[in-house]
Amino acid sequence: MAHGPAKGIGRWLFTTNHKDIGTLYLWFSMAMFLLGGAFAMIIRAELFQPGLQIVDPEFFNQMTTMHGLVMVFGAIMPAFVGLANWMIPMMIGAPDMALPRMNNWSFWILPFAFLMLASTMFMEGGGPNFGWTFYAPLSTTYAPPSVTFFIFAIHIMGASSIMGSINIIATVLNLRAPGMTLTKMPLFVWTWLITAYLLVSVMPVLAGAVTMMLMDIHFGTSFFDAAGGGDPVLFQHVFWFFGHPEVYIIILPGFGVVSQVIPAFSRKPLFGYSSMVYATASIAFLSFIVWAHHMFTVGMPIAGELYFMYATMLIAVPTGVKVFNWITTMWRGSLTFETPMLFAIAFVVLFVMGGFTGLMLGIASADIQYHDSYFVVAHFHYTMVAGAIFSLTAGIYYWLPKWTGNMYNEMLGKTQFWIAFVGFNLAFFPQHFVGLAGMQRRVPDYAVQFADFNMLSSIGAFMFGMAQLLLLFNVISTIVGGKKADKDKVWDGAEGLEWTVPSPAPYHTFSTPPQVK
Amino acid sequence: MAQAHVGKTAAKLVVVAVGMFAFAVYVMPPLYYVFCDILGIDGRGALVAVERKDSVVDESRVIRVTFMATNNREMPWEFRPNDAILEVHPGQVVNTSFFARNTTDEAMISRAIPSFVPSSSAEYFHKVECFCFENQPLAPGESVDMGLQFYLDPDLPKNVTNITASYTIFDITETVSQQKLSQR
Amino acid sequence: MLRRAKLLFHQLLGFAILLGLTGHQAIANEAERWGVNMTRGVTPVSQEIYGLHMLIFIICVAISVVVFAALAYTMYAHRKSKHPQASQFHEHLGLEIFWTAVPFLILVAMAIPATRSLIHLYDTDTDVDMDVVITGYQWKWQYEYLGRNVSFFSNLHEDSNAARQLGSGIDPRTVPNYLLEVDRPLVLPINKKIRFLVTANDVIHSWWVPDLGVKRDAIPGFVRESWAKIEEPGVYRGVCAELCGRDHGFMPFVVKAVEEEEFDQWIAEQQAFAAEMRELAGQTFSFEDLYSQGQSVYNRSCASCHGPNGEGVPGAFPAIRGSAVATGTIEEHLDVVVNGVPGTAMQAFGAQLTPVETAAVVTFQRNAFGNDMGDQVQPVDVLQFEQ
Repeated sequence: MAHGPAKGIGRWLFTTNHKDIGTLYLWFSMAMFLLGGAFAMIIRAELFQPGLQIVDPEFFNQMTTMHGLVMVFGAIMPAFVGLANWMIPMMIGAPDMALPRMNNWSFWILPFAFLMLASTMFMEGGGPNFGWTFYAPLSTTYAPPSVTFFIFAIHIMGASSIMGSINIIATVLNLRAPGMTLTKMPLFVWTWLITAYLLVSVMPVLAGAVTMMLMDIHFGTSFFDAAGGGDPVLFQHVFWFFGHPEVYIIILPGFGVVSQVIPAFSRKPLFGYSSMVYATASIAFLSFIVWAHHMFTVGMPIAGELYFMYATMLIAVPTGVKVFNWITTMWRGSLTFETPMLFAIAFVVLFVMGGFTGLMLGIASADIQYHDSYFVVAHFHYTMVAGAIFSLTAGIYYWLPKWTGNMYNEMLGKTQFWIAFVGFNLAFFPQHFVGLAGMQRRVPDYAVQFADFNMLSSIGAFMFGMAQLLLLFNVISTIVGGKKADKDKVWDGAEGLEWTVPSPAPYHTFSTPPQVK
Repeated sequence: MAQAHVGKTAAKLVVVAVGMFAFAVYVMPPLYYVFCDILGIDGRGALVAVERKDSVVDESRVIRVTFMATNNREMPWEFRPNDAILEVHPGQVVNTSFFARNTTDEAMISRAIPSFVPSSSAEYFHKVECFCFENQPLAPGESVDMGLQFYLDPDLPKNVTNITASYTIFDITETVSQQKLSQR
Repeated sequence: MLRRAKLLFHQLLGFAILLGLTGHQAIANEAERWGVNMTRGVTPVSQEIYGLHMLIFIICVAISVVVFAALAYTMYAHRKSKHPQASQFHEHLGLEIFWTAVPFLILVAMAIPATRSLIHLYDTDTDVDMDVVITGYQWKWQYEYLGRNVSFFSNLHEDSNAARQLGSGIDPRTVPNYLLEVDRPLVLPINKKIRFLVTANDVIHSWWVPDLGVKRDAIPGFVRESWAKIEEPGVYRGVCAELCGRDHGFMPFVVKAVEEEEFDQWIAEQQAFAAEMRELAGQTFSFEDLYSQGQSVYNRSCASCHGPNGEGVPGAFPAIRGSAVATGTIEEHLDVVVNGVPGTAMQAFGAQLTPVETAAVVTFQRNAFGNDMGDQVQPVDVLQFEQ
């Protein structure tokens, strides 16, 4: 009764198989990651030394904007959706996702969205140049004509994310194997369930924000235009009402991955499972009520500033609980340091640093000096690159033997880790310094006193970029010619249903639900 | 059996998504302005001119009211307050005006948008007569003194001693002509 | 390039050796030279922010040390070769309560000074001595001393502007205060409470002077306020902190803080200067004078969009070279410069340039870049046009 995949390109175009779709998502995000990385390389090459050597400021602004958009919406989010597609059904003992045909749709509209977004760069007046936060009126009255296509691209990405999330929630709530109660679910599934709820709630808000922009640009409304009685600051409120939950959408599944990897290589159960779930849920809840901490300098009344400052500081509590739990999971374990574990530990270290700078940024009066400086750039790269990219890499290495049936090259993996770790810190640590010393974000050129740190930063960024090529190479060589993984349970400390199926995982798994005790 | 549940879950989530979209477009903007009025976030003040209720003048307090005039973008008119700074007792009715002149050789229409700091003072700045949010057409070279009659509410919080009233003029010639076209 | 990298390496080496060999004073000096920390600044608010920043930074470092020490210890002591049998504990209510409660208390301790400093920072009302209106433009600033009839525009200094062009061939290191110098600084008196009223003409900008502890977004159509009381004379520099389009990185500001008498004298000079400008407008200038002054006005006010050689940016900003406006009637040319073009990025320069400057730049544009119109515009013509 079980049949294998269809032949040829049709397999990928019409597939409703969660593993195929997961693979598509992962390759798509890898492509976007390299594209966004290429934009980053252009940015860092221009910033290698003071003066303008390579690109025009106008093009530079397009680079920073596209780098942000492609990385957030094209690389990180689809990569986690890819992991979810592959792993969630296997982790909860379901035969497939709950809505397989919609699953196909939610992937296949994504390439069109990004094709449209990328094509704006070749249009008259250039692509989006107003930053990934696209504040009005720079993105409305003053935007290049291609902004309309940017808006449609965002709409399509939003629709894709919403459909993907509905699918994940429906799968987790309805297709769990008998005995797989909510409190037995692996933490990766828990974090994704919460993330999916966040996505369903806030992606429509983003769609609303760009729709209002569209109306302002083409239909004469004045949501964000002071001349017609609107307010540009309203845009920022709507955007960050989406934007703050969005940063947790990016990081929560990463928490989930790390919560799978650390126990596996500590050979010890996760410490404080239920407090991890509560912490994740409270972070998700808090994310809805802290958005204006991105706007401390717009001149809100002091009552607003104080409220958003206190609420923001509170996030440190559940985040701290998570970090302490991970370290306690390792405590008195029996640790080995394979590539996934290295990335997971680096994640903890770097995320703690990004978390602390986040706390500093949350102090409203100090934020007067930090806001929109390179300190912020350093902060969110410590959370998003070290948070999302490091945890994704950990997840990819952790599950790659299960996906392909082959072991990756451990030596190459560790080499990649060390280049990435050193490169990352070299790239982003000095940015704290230049930010504090007064260098602002999103500039193609800078005063000469920032030259040395910027050169270091660029060298680090090139290293980090190179490390990603090693990842690509390692993944491909594992698929085409890796050593066979000799066991179903590749890692001796790993727990969970996904390790009970053969490696590589067959095209259909759990057609008859397993019994979970 | 599971499929029926899946359909229900998905339907609920679609409702949530559509609801959040509607929330962003239809609820957040008005809600924002409600909050603005309560907290004085954007400091624009009431959009309607108000009648004066009583005639108590608090001679014991002097509030320094400064006036600012800003031209938005390519708006070429000459635009300035006729009084830069006035010292005002709460409750006292004050007349002042802004001067505007169309320096171009085309007929234009402007609209002035007010903004106050401290933003919380906006609700105590009662405009008896104001040119704010009104369309002001001017022929080429024509000039006008746009009157502003106001009084400060005697309930103005005690810690406020400085108020700035800022007006920004926008060129809305094109918007107005487009509206006329579409009405025809 | 190689030499630069080598130098960098030596500096790094020096830094490392210093760290190892000498006391913390040397480190502090070295840190100062590299610019690794927030400025202490010269206003009560900036110093308060600095204190708060250091307090929270030290708390964060202290917690990190504990966390990372625990992590390092477990990585060392509980590795498989040394600790083959993993213990299986996975719950401890007491611990969980402990590390929820303790961070919360630390946060409360942080919130108290943070609240205090914020209240101070928001006190824009008591004892204000003077008001300065700051208006952000794409891509320059306008300053107006309220009630004193002094108002002017401040642009990126022309040396920086020349060096920052793509492929200019000028080494930024040879330009004094590269990207942090302007043609006309904002002069302010010390020991006076100065209120800044910040707004914008087009998009959102942000006025940030680290030494003053001021960063306030400039929002078109709205006014926002902030304040500073500068305690030491000096020159303080800052940059626009909100992405505002193409030349966001090239609209710095310079605050020159002086003694009160010097300030009063400066204001008087500015008023006299404005009067002189009005008088000059009645005079007739030679073509050469107009052309050369026009060139410097062009480089300052026009070149960032229309290009240093009048070539424009295709699709975004029209060229001056051979343009219908610059080779059309003088009347129409003046109209575009003085009144701007509605619905485009072309601003109305009537208020930004003096009649002499307008006459000069129009004359320059009509005769430079191969436009060779051979005519000229005198300040009187501009005045007549503006009537």
